[in-house]
Amino acid sequence: MTKKVYITGIGAISAIGNKVSENYESLLAKKSGIGAISVLDTVHKGEIPVAEVKLSDKELKHKLALSGDDALTRTALLGITAVKEAFENASVYDIKKYRTGIVSATTVAGMVAREKYYLDFLNSDFLNEHVNTFEAADSTERIADFFGIKEFMTTVSTACSSSANAIMTGVRLIKSGLLDRVIAGGTDALSKYTLNGFNTLMILDREKCKPYDNERKGLNLGEAAAYLVLESEETVKKEGKIPLAVVSGYANANDAFHQTASSPEGYGAYSAMIQALKTANLKPQDIDYVNVHGTGTPNNDLSEGRAMLKVFNGKVPKFSSTKAYTGHTLAAAGSLETVFSVLSLQKKVIFPNLNFQNPMREFDLIPQTEILKNVKVKHIMSNSFGFGGNGTVLIFSETK
Amino acid sequence: MVYINGAASISPQNSINFDVFLKGMKVYEDLFLKSLTPDYKKYMKPIEARRMSKTVKNGIICSQIAMNEAEIEIPDAIIFGTALGIVSDTEKFLEKMLYDSERYLTPTSFIQSTHNTVAAQIAHKIKCRNYNFTYVNRGFSFESTLLDAIIHLKEGKKNILAGGGDEMTEHYYKIIKKTGMFKQDETKNTDLLKYETSGALCGEAVSFFVLSDDKKTETYAELKDLRMFYKPENNSEIISEVELFIESNDLQCSDIDLIVAGYSGNKKEDEIFDNVLSDKFPETPAAYFKHLCGEFQTASSFALWLSGNILKYQKYPDFIKLNARISGKISNILIYNHYFNINHSLILLSEA
Repeated sequence: MTKKVYITGIGAISAIGNKVSENYESLLAKKSGIGAISVLDTVHKGEIPVAEVKLSDKELKHKLALSGDDALTRTALLGITAVKEAFENASVYDIKKYRTGIVSATTVAGMVAREKYYLDFLNSDFLNEHVNTFEAADSTERIADFFGIKEFMTTVSTACSSSANAIMTGVRLIKSGLLDRVIAGGTDALSKYTLNGFNTLMILDREKCKPYDNERKGLNLGEAAAYLVLESEETVKKEGKIPLAVVSGYANANDAFHQTASSPEGYGAYSAMIQALKTANLKPQDIDYVNVHGTGTPNNDLSEGRAMLKVFNGKVPKFSSTKAYTGHTLAAAGSLETVFSVLSLQKKVIFPNLNFQNPMREFDLIPQTEILKNVKVKHIMSNSFGFGGNGTVLIFSETK
Repeated sequence: MVYINGAASISPQNSINFDVFLKGMKVYEDLFLKSLTPDYKKYMKPIEARRMSKTVKNGIICSQIAMNEAEIEIPDAIIFGTALGIVSDTEKFLEKMLYDSERYLTPTSFIQSTHNTVAAQIAHKIKCRNYNFTYVNRGFSFESTLLDAIIHLKEGKKNILAGGGDEMTEHYYKIIKKTGMFKQDETKNTDLLKYETSGALCGEAVSFFVLSDDKKTETYAELKDLRMFYKPENNSEIISEVELFIESNDLQCSDIDLIVAGYSGNKKEDEIFDNVLSDKFPETPAAYFKHLCGEFQTASSFALWLSGNILKYQKYPDFIKLNARISGKISNILIYNHYFNINHSLILLSEA
């Protein structure tokens, strides 16, 4: 049984860049991707800011050299784009060389296409290929078919913690000896369904979100896809690869409090962080930086903050939310923030929490608001919490 | 070792009690098969029953029965597999949004519509703060759930609550029917394999199991192994997958005492089962189950409920028999299912 599972490649497309290097540049330039709606067709245009990938479906297809006729949803197109980059980054060219699987996360799945055609499907004889793209598995299968992945596939949907969970499943599949390599991550395109759903919950900020700020008013939705190539210790050795990071800790816990809200004390968050530290065999003080879930909703940031104070016994390490850059990208959030965490480990930088001004009145937690370069970053904790009380915490470490 | 210590299913049949189930199958002549409605009052408060959708309620009930049977209160993990999630609430929100141009929406159906609602609501109800997961990969949704549960037990966990299920609605059926995947007209479930029409008979069910690392007197069966394979290119690939699976468990095809096959009434793709059965299991007693629950992505969870009961009680009714071969003692059952030749799965169960 393999002891370690390494990250050997990363790929990402988000509102702040169509590939990892562009994301990195935006992070360093403090350039947010949140703005007025331009791609999504909705009555909320101009009223609710979002973080969109700045390419149309046609442009995404063109970049992948796909024909215009393929019934590919935006969710699948974003996914293929990010997976392609991750495989290239990991120098994976022969999928069949090792037992390779895919664990992909999505919440919106094919809803992006379904909401366009639904009434015609339902009320008339109209039919097109998107009648088959609704299921969550669609984007995963499209990615698998594009790259010829046949050995194993599954799809995860646990709301905002989906892709953190996909990574956790990928790691466990490799550790159990069932697979040698897993492409793990998540993809979610913006849909009217999601935008209106979150809007009814009244947790969408009408301006750019302010994670961990006392005046925070909610989150901004975003779209993205981000994937990592996970490989077993043996495969890395055989291939002579220099891995980017090791997934040293992981835990999944449920808050068991409310379908859409976190407990004020953050039971689930606390439990997930403590268990993740345990699997990593690390002490709280070993963590150099926390990429917090930090959505900017009053509820999340309070609950997560309190849980961190408890986990770290009042001495919370440097932390920031990168959601003021990318928006909350739902099923892609955990893997996108993993990509950012890998960049932090590699480049020895900590990315700032934008739009923060005033500490919350409940505690004196102050996120990192400026870029830190040449800092010690050995172990990073990444938090993801979501609807249904689903919470997952991952820990990434240097490979040296 | 992985043991099934609790099992419950709510389906179009009287599956809440195996004795009642054995007495006779429910006969339907309909476009798709619908789950029977349990007496919700017995299991939850009226306000909960009103608020929650069918799949959530049935999931809660099945999980409770399975946990009672296994004599556990809090599992180490709750995992659910569903391809479509909560279709009824998804449609409610989607249709209101589209008909009213994104205005006058309320959050209730949106909140209930997320795929992870079943696993989350069970956790909430029993205050279980442990691992909570939802897999949503078409015909691998329930199989992924089982695999995750098996890995958990290997990692040292004790009791895993694992379930699978999907629901079908009038509107969903109306749309999906256009693809030609499902029967276009009312179909009599008792005659499922006699129809010459293409398309499967659509259905629904929810099932839950407690998988544990220790055997009890009431244990249903041992879950020996599980294999998924995706979009096989031809029949020989399927045959070799089946051979490899049996061999890797130190068995021969002749050691299988009963095959439970996923015949769906879809003539062309049912031939896949014919081929495997005639090629590898020419003398083996065989049974089918989709005339009972219909075809849906997580139908293998109903097959697992059925097969677990067959192993435990060492009997099965005539109405599931595919051939007249007689089973003696039933020690090994192989469940072979596929969903429209996309997702294939093999599940091996043995007497505990």
